[in-house]
Amino acid sequence: MLRYAIKRIALAVVILVTVMLAMYAMVFLVPGDPASLALGPRATPELKALLRERMGLDEPILWQVWHFFRSALTGDLGYDVWSKRPVLDQILEFFPNTLILGVAALGWALALGIALGAAAVVWRDTWADRLLGVVSVGLISVPAFVVAIYAILIFAVWLRWLPAIGAGTPGDPASQIRALILPAFALGVGWVGYLARLVRASLLEVMGENHIRTARAFGLPETRVVLRYGLRVAIIPTIALLAVGLGSILSSAVFVETVFGRPGIGTLITGAVQKRNYPVVMGTVLFMTAFYLFIVTAADLLIARLDPRVRDAFRR
Amino acid sequence: MPSAGRKTVLRALLRDPMAALGLGLVTLFVAMALFAPWIAPADPIRLNVVEKFQPPSLAHLAGTDQLGRDLLSRIIYGARTALSIAITAVGLAGLAGLVLGMIAGFGPRWLDGLLVLLFDSLSSLPMIMFALAVITVMGPGTGTLILVVVLVSIPAYARLIRAQTLALAGADFIVAERAMGASGARILLRHMLPNVVGPLVILLSMDIPVVIMLEAGLSYLNLGVRPPTPSWGNILYDGYTSLRAAPYMVMIAGLPLVLSTLGFTFLGEGLRDALDPRLQGRGAR
Repeated sequence: MLRYAIKRIALAVVILVTVMLAMYAMVFLVPGDPASLALGPRATPELKALLRERMGLDEPILWQVWHFFRSALTGDLGYDVWSKRPVLDQILEFFPNTLILGVAALGWALALGIALGAAAVVWRDTWADRLLGVVSVGLISVPAFVVAIYAILIFAVWLRWLPAIGAGTPGDPASQIRALILPAFALGVGWVGYLARLVRASLLEVMGENHIRTARAFGLPETRVVLRYGLRVAIIPTIALLAVGLGSILSSAVFVETVFGRPGIGTLITGAVQKRNYPVVMGTVLFMTAFYLFIVTAADLLIARLDPRVRDAFRR
Repeated sequence: MPSAGRKTVLRALLRDPMAALGLGLVTLFVAMALFAPWIAPADPIRLNVVEKFQPPSLAHLAGTDQLGRDLLSRIIYGARTALSIAITAVGLAGLAGLVLGMIAGFGPRWLDGLLVLLFDSLSSLPMIMFALAVITVMGPGTGTLILVVVLVSIPAYARLIRAQTLALAGADFIVAERAMGASGARILLRHMLPNVVGPLVILLSMDIPVVIMLEAGLSYLNLGVRPPTPSWGNILYDGYTSLRAAPYMVMIAGLPLVLSTLGFTFLGEGLRDALDPRLQGRGAR
């Protein structure tokens, strides 16, 4: 177990370092320097020089790379010259909003996805199963930001039930929850279909096992067999997938956050990309990648702890 | 592709109602893209501010936008943008994945190890974050968009091809071919290639809707296709900014995105079932 853990963690670290190096290499491979790009064509040379110095761009490249790595390790992701604040402060301010959104979206998607997947198995090979299959594929393939826009049009503009933009008033949980409903709905829709398919597939696999046959032999009704004895086992791979799900839902929240004008990692990074604000973009990408690698690795280790077969299958 | 001829595949697709629907929708959008100049009732970028925000009517079947441009024409040309980007990007990524995957599977072990590490790093990046990083460096535009898609898609394709190549390397006919003194290049091109390409094609077709969504999403953020070139994403953005003045814009502009991604997904699933049931459960996401 220890060897597996060390290997798995080392891999994550190597990947993170590769990513950082690759990002740095990209910045320097491309013509034009960030300071003049950021200031626009009418900037004076003095202003450019000042900004270059503030951004640390006047140092030798290798020193910059070293500096970036060393400070990143100590939690210093650099200084944002636009907002005059450290990058990490901004990320930490916005990240909880994104995390809440991601967890809410994944949460309702999981509940509904499990229900639909189990329903499909109870009614397997009937028209209801086929209908659920088609609906799942449909949900998966509809872009979240289109759902978001339609949701705003219907529930905020026409029905006026829920706010169209923002994250609610700070300190007022009721308004924050109201502001969370539509974004979480839009972001979770695709996952409902995805999780329903996954639960259905893994339930069908479990339904062939011995303990299910025994339960049936005792004459238990099929619904009870599926829900009580099948789902319990079938849910494990789904839970394992949730870690990866959370990681990817947080970064795809970018579009939904922008549509709803909701403060979060998405709004932070898109604003920075539009301004070519390198420190914020690189800091955010690094933070999100590290977070993603962390939860994926942690989930892998947890699964390996629970299921020795996984650990033995890990070869490289 | 295992022996299934073209006719049988088509018949299998038409027998499955969802696949047939997908095929229909895809045909519609491909036709829109190909024949845009002949179908579109007006020039998609010509401004006519006098006629701005006209709701759908006989003169403008889908209405006009905030600059008086004909919405239907913009959507038709948007199909051209979406499909040309999706097909180019997925095609290039498929080609690169094919080459790299075969090298990894057939080449020396150290190279394999290096490539696998590279694929692992690339695919463990949150895709949207990576896309935004590349866009920051390269500046937004069609070329950047294609580059991003190619970079993030290569790992999945290369892994598939690598696994197929590895599995084939031990097959009797390859061993026999080697015993007869065939060169590495001959084995790869003549014997491996036709056998590994089938599953790749299915995977590629299932990724087209993903790319369409990404293009629209980034163009919505004004980080993809540059205006005034019509893209479903920037049409949606225009609609969103005039949501109260002209709600019909958003309602209409969302449709092609929903219908095309649905169409390609249903078609992809149908193709997969018809050609290679072993791949079931892969794809979308």
